Amino acid sequence: MKVSFPIMGNSYLAFKQLLEDLGHEAIVPPMPSARTMTLGTAHSPEFACIPFKILMGTYLEAIEKGAELIISSGGHGPCRAGYYGVIHQKIIEELGYTTKVMIFDSIKMGFKEFIGNLNYLLNTGKSSWFTLIKVYRAIWDKLMALDEIEILAHQIRPYEMEKGLTSKKYDACLQMMDQARTRAQIAEVKEACVQLLQAIPRDPNRKPLKIGIVGEIYVQIEPFANLDIQATLGEMGVYSKRGIHLSEWWTETTGQTHNERAAIQAAKPYLDQMIGGHGILSVGETILHSKHGYDGVIQLAPFSCIPEIVAKGILTQVSRDYNIPVLTIFLDEQTGKAGMQTRLEAFVDLLFQRRQKRLEGAVS
Amino acid sequence: MQMALKIGFPRTLFYFLYYPFWNSFFSSLGFEIVTSPPTTKFSLDLGVKEAVNDACLPIKLYHGHVAELKDKVDVLFLPRMVSVRKLDAETFCPKFLGLPDMIRNSIDGLPRIIDEKVDLAKGRFAEWRLCKKVAQKLDVYGFKVWQAYRKAKRVQEKYIAGLAEGYSPPAAMEVAVTGAVAPLKAALPEPEINLAILGYPYLIYDSFVNVGLFERLADMGVRPWTVEMIPPKRLEAQGDKFIKHLFWHFSNRTMRGTYYYLNEKKVDGIVHVTAFGCGPDAMVDKLMELEAKNYGRVPFLTLSLDEHTGEAGILTRIEAFVDMLKLRRRKG
Repeated sequence: MKVSFPIMGNSYLAFKQLLEDLGHEAIVPPMPSARTMTLGTAHSPEFACIPFKILMGTYLEAIEKGAELIISSGGHGPCRAGYYGVIHQKIIEELGYTTKVMIFDSIKMGFKEFIGNLNYLLNTGKSSWFTLIKVYRAIWDKLMALDEIEILAHQIRPYEMEKGLTSKKYDACLQMMDQARTRAQIAEVKEACVQLLQAIPRDPNRKPLKIGIVGEIYVQIEPFANLDIQATLGEMGVYSKRGIHLSEWWTETTGQTHNERAAIQAAKPYLDQMIGGHGILSVGETILHSKHGYDGVIQLAPFSCIPEIVAKGILTQVSRDYNIPVLTIFLDEQTGKAGMQTRLEAFVDLLFQRRQKRLEGAVS
Repeated sequence: MQMALKIGFPRTLFYFLYYPFWNSFFSSLGFEIVTSPPTTKFSLDLGVKEAVNDACLPIKLYHGHVAELKDKVDVLFLPRMVSVRKLDAETFCPKFLGLPDMIRNSIDGLPRIIDEKVDLAKGRFAEWRLCKKVAQKLDVYGFKVWQAYRKAKRVQEKYIAGLAEGYSPPAAMEVAVTGAVAPLKAALPEPEINLAILGYPYLIYDSFVNVGLFERLADMGVRPWTVEMIPPKRLEAQGDKFIKHLFWHFSNRTMRGTYYYLNEKKVDGIVHVTAFGCGPDAMVDKLMELEAKNYGRVPFLTLSLDEHTGEAGILTRIEAFVDMLKLRRRKG
């Protein structure tokens, strides 16, 4: 069967392999582009958030490429993302397509449905549960490796001597990773990628500013949605660390790690209630970043994102109490690269001067 | 005798559904309950000033009402609405969940706040436990809390019944709280147009926010039908029409109301009243639009309200819609 899925950062390489190894034809939608956005915006509710619109566009482009089934994740609210699937399906039907949207909700919400969905995928692909377990291990390695490479690239970029070289090498890494299929190959390619990135000529004398990126998961991870903010910052000579990577999210939601607890604990004096999405983490991580000596925090959020609006309302107070500058950027289909760049430059200038002042203060 | 403690309750958001309960509860315990005045331009401006600028109109209004009320009372009662019943993952909009925290971090000079969590989906006797906790915070214990709770519950039931009979919130509140006899309703002539006006109570019943929508409709000879006018049992029964329940209590109510007016009590058209930038409504509005189309192409209009909404704009849209409905009816 021709199966497709949403694009979210570099994870598509892993999902593509997953579907192929289960015996399906993976339809990788085109990377999100202006066309995706236009298509998505045209068929989405006006006040849906930008992830909804990009996904809508991506689905329609996948359907153009012949997708018969689209797989996505669900949720239990109160963030709207948990209801995306239902509305996407309705809109797709409304447009006259027969493509189905298959939603994987948390296994806790419906064990039967979860297993039923998996069973359907395995049966139509003529694979067994045994294959799934084998494939799952490889996919997991791949996701981890992709995240590791990406994080390394973000660490190296602020030091690069030749602007843009890191991004170029990183793209090459992704292509190499696409070829690796077994666990041994993935480990080997990862090693090669690390070496490739480490070989980039660097200026060790630079002292990059450190910025923490917090906010909604999709716009943090998908470079098209955030106008590639991490690469932009990196090329301005700023090191940025974002709050979430897909592999972390996976271990967190399946209960294998509990890294979020520290942030939730930190947020407690300001926000003592889970508000869905990543709202509480935005508050908590900002506090933690301040404690860990970051120079500033950027909050990324889709326009009209409910949890992040609550977080923003609280972050002004956090910013004052912890003396850490916070820049909130709401992203929508109108956000332009130039506008974003200007705001980032101004913010980085401010942080730079603050650090300068602090250093001088320490001397005199 | 010591002056009774003054407890403030903002006249917006949950006020329109849950105020009679808390009014009765606090008065029985011997406290004075003070509400903010009905929404005016002043409260709106205050709210716009105090709230985070990306918030929606209702949240800004809540900030405004709190700011207006804060110097007049000893305690502000701002319950944190988490859930009012057990239904899948139903809760309230994330903005409501974080509302007391938003208020604390954006308004200065607040009195003491009681922001007890209203989470009725968890455990047994959740309502009673909530009342006990609230009373505890006010240093009241013992049997009289139980009595106050029982009485408040009766008042609330009476209020909801009054709304279902078609009384306006102020009239139903009067009846429920003071125990006055309900004024007899004049038998209304069968109107030319029946219109379902669906949306959240804080938009529907705040006539400043919806710029007197109901008065305008009455002038046009249109009879409005709201979610609260549906017999509660019939409203419940619409639950089976969902593919997956929405996560937000008020949204589920609105959606159920939509199904009711599409299936059981046929109306000539549906008007969805929503706030600009409302997160849940981005989903609800699309669902309503699609369902109205699926169930026999019932005409559907979305009225989006914000702090700049003018009377003329709303009036024009409503008039055009009603004219269209009349034309449609004549054509049969």
